Amino acid sequence: MKGMTLIVKQVTRLIIGFIFLYSLYLILFGHLSPGGGFVGGVTLACGFILLVLAFGKKFFNNLISDRATTIWDCLGALGFLAIALIGYLGGAFFENMWVEQGQEFALVSGGLIPLANIAIGIKVGACLAGVFLALTVLGSKSDTHSGGDS
Amino acid sequence: MSIIPSLLLLSIFLILAVIVAIEARGLLSTVISVGAAGLVLSIIFLILGAPDLAITQVIVEVICLVLLIRATVVRHDTTFTAKRDRFIIAVCLVGGGIIIAITYYAFQSMQAFGAPLMNLSQEYLSQGFQKTGAANYVMAILLDFRAYDTLGEATVIFCSIIGAYAVIRKVGRIKK
Repeated sequence: MKGMTLIVKQVTRLIIGFIFLYSLYLILFGHLSPGGGFVGGVTLACGFILLVLAFGKKFFNNLISDRATTIWDCLGALGFLAIALIGYLGGAFFENMWVEQGQEFALVSGGLIPLANIAIGIKVGACLAGVFLALTVLGSKSDTHSGGDS
Repeated sequence: MSIIPSLLLLSIFLILAVIVAIEARGLLSTVISVGAAGLVLSIIFLILGAPDLAITQVIVEVICLVLLIRATVVRHDTTFTAKRDRFIIAVCLVGGGIIIAITYYAFQSMQAFGAPLMNLSQEYLSQGFQKTGAANYVMAILLDFRAYDTLGEATVIFCSIIGAYAVIRKVGRIKK
């Protein structure tokens, strides 16, 4: 799977930073403005997919391996579960702790909600990037071997 | 209510796009029609005042379009035609009519939309900020009041993605 033309590559170079920045904004400010972990994670995966489509498979292999997406996926899921277990310090599963700490309407507010957003963002971004990888990069290699028959 | 005509127009466009997606020949036009339907749905969400849902719908629609076009359409165009069975169509129509009639009589006994039965939601709305400290009430409900639902959704996504990853990938992992 090769990359695209020079125009696409140049536009991708210009725009990819803003895409990742916007995805981080969606994840981190999910408890203050519209957004959240799921949307931010999907935007993150969109950035990776744009990189793969524009620059090709070789670039992606330098950036991140297919094993790494699986590992980040599992880490995000386990992190969300761990945040749920932290609630036992306050008495119950999913108890939202540390609500009183932190300024109202500030970035550090809402107790455990921002941490849960970060965990969900990592999980969704990694798993969608991994599925795209499985569908295109890992599938195309054996297509050429077996003569394109699925 | 000045938003009703635009909502009607958008809904008609949505239904037309879905019908085109069913009837179109060729996978590519079907995928594009589904994408158009999804974008119109996100505009409807935006007009109805749900920016969270609108952002999610747009981005998921874009990623679905890219995945479908890149991964499925390019390979094989598996369109096939067959004659329609009139008996099956008649059975489907009669069954749908019966279901619609039962639903109509069931909805007669319901209360007006949104007015009563707000006991649980009213507490979320009035005390959500004091209890969670999150200014975005959608996130407050998703990750605090209804966190079990979110955990279930995360589990469903995790299992489906892992299963798809295991089934779809063709190159096996090489043991060293």
